[in-house]
Amino acid sequence: MTRDPEILILGAGPAGLGAALALATCGVEALIVDSGSAAGGQVYRPLPGAFEPGDASGLGPDYREGERQRRLLADSGAGTAFGRLVWSIGTDLRVDALGPEGPESWRPKGIVAAAGATERVVPFPGWTLPGVMGLAAATILLKSQCVLPGERVLVAGCGPLLFAVANAIRKGGGQVVAVADLAGPGAWLHALPALLGQPRDLLRGASWMARLRAQGVPLLFRHGVREARAAGAGLEVSLGAVDAAGRPIPSASEKTLEADSLVVGHGLIPATEAVRLLGAEVVFDADAGGWVPRLDRDQRSSRAGLYAAGDGAGVRGAAAAFLAGRIAGMTAALDLGRIDAGHHARATAPLRRRLARARRFGRAMARLMAQRPGQVDGIAGDTVVCRCEDVTRAEVEAALERGAADVNQLKSWTRCGMGPCQGRMCGDTVGQIVAARTGSREAAGAWTARAPLRPLGVDALAGDFDYADIPLPAAAPL
Amino acid sequence: MPLRIANQVRRGPAVTLWVDGQALDAFAGESLAAALLAAGRRALRQSSRAGTPRGVFCMMGACQECLVRVDGKRALACQVAVCDGMRVETGAAG
Repeated sequence: MTRDPEILILGAGPAGLGAALALATCGVEALIVDSGSAAGGQVYRPLPGAFEPGDASGLGPDYREGERQRRLLADSGAGTAFGRLVWSIGTDLRVDALGPEGPESWRPKGIVAAAGATERVVPFPGWTLPGVMGLAAATILLKSQCVLPGERVLVAGCGPLLFAVANAIRKGGGQVVAVADLAGPGAWLHALPALLGQPRDLLRGASWMARLRAQGVPLLFRHGVREARAAGAGLEVSLGAVDAAGRPIPSASEKTLEADSLVVGHGLIPATEAVRLLGAEVVFDADAGGWVPRLDRDQRSSRAGLYAAGDGAGVRGAAAAFLAGRIAGMTAALDLGRIDAGHHARATAPLRRRLARARRFGRAMARLMAQRPGQVDGIAGDTVVCRCEDVTRAEVEAALERGAADVNQLKSWTRCGMGPCQGRMCGDTVGQIVAARTGSREAAGAWTARAPLRPLGVDALAGDFDYADIPLPAAAPL
Repeated sequence: MPLRIANQVRRGPAVTLWVDGQALDAFAGESLAAALLAAGRRALRQSSRAGTPRGVFCMMGACQECLVRVDGKRALACQVAVCDGMRVETGAAG
């Protein structure tokens, strides 16, 4: 077991890194804990250690930014614990993790939750088939593993990842069968004023779309996946028009395309397990991706000693995450008494100005990938919504008919959300289905977070020991 | 067509894994999920209730769909880096 840090940072993406750098400038001992092998998070995921960059220009600006951030972290002197799966956080802030050397735990004075996001995929028939994967999964394959998700790929869903992934597949030598965007081209135009604040990203997005168009890739706006079916070694995918709320238009004709793989994603959902486990207050913010911790302007949660930043506190993108992480770090240092209020104000003022601009851009992007209630409403009864337990929408509706009042009661009655992913894949969809009856996401509630936060074997926690190693006190004399 | 993109990176040394007893070529350090996909091994397990095939879905250790056995222990293929001689069993229920 390593020495207890003063502040433990959960997640080594841009937000966690920002917090670590800020804490280091204040002389606070910080430890950044992540399940990955190096810093960067999903957005700046590193290459595997045994890989060497070949043509770095082929790896793109995200790779270079990730390398820059990893250097900053290495130079900061902040502690790092990679390859650690955090599975429990106690009310005394004791953090338990499973690492390559076995179980570990730390008792920090404060925690910065910078857990990032998971991807939302709204269910459709066939979404559980091998060969169907998330846009974020494809991004990881392409950027970190330099592997195409398939030879001929259909790219569907919404948000900026759609065109980024399609472009990366083309660049890597793969074929993009079509791009189907739930949004209309007008949605991108609508976002334009906010996107102009970040010209570099705007140019990238615009050039992706233009390049795909020039290469003759069909771009289908206002279209969604109706169904995916296994066909030989590949897939047959039906697409159809949707309305502005994402609801399939029944009268619209379907278009069926063949592909090896279907890459599909409908936005990002903040990962709030740690925040909910510690009982900090969460609020529902559809434009930020879903449930988010309620934070003050200095990134403090409602629970003393718990701070949050980055997409895990509301999806606003990597630039905003890094800045919010730095503010969280400065605030943790202030609360530890290591800097005074004046220092905190001076250090955070320029960060706040930049954060306001980054958030404007992030909000416009997040709005393009917010959940579309009509899309959830359009899920057919026989479609599996909970992948782990194969629970269909009809089974969920039947339980709601019988009186299940919120998502947690529904979970007990149907096992929906009770499987190994612990509701991460179905939670957002099920929340909306329940909300259609209860009237609001607030009334539908959020899953109760419980340890272990990830499935893990009891043998891994117990370690290797013989029966003889268990200390048994001598029996008391009779 | 090979799914591994040429030129962007120099991969680690070539290694051989044993997947359900069959040899599979990969590169050291690669994610097991990526190596299996690149080899066309897409179905990795069956769902526990309906018994339908499942494969790599989230690539970030959240969905638990790519659960396999690596050297006898349950592991997520997307969270494991391959090494020479690694033994992988797919198709484990649950």
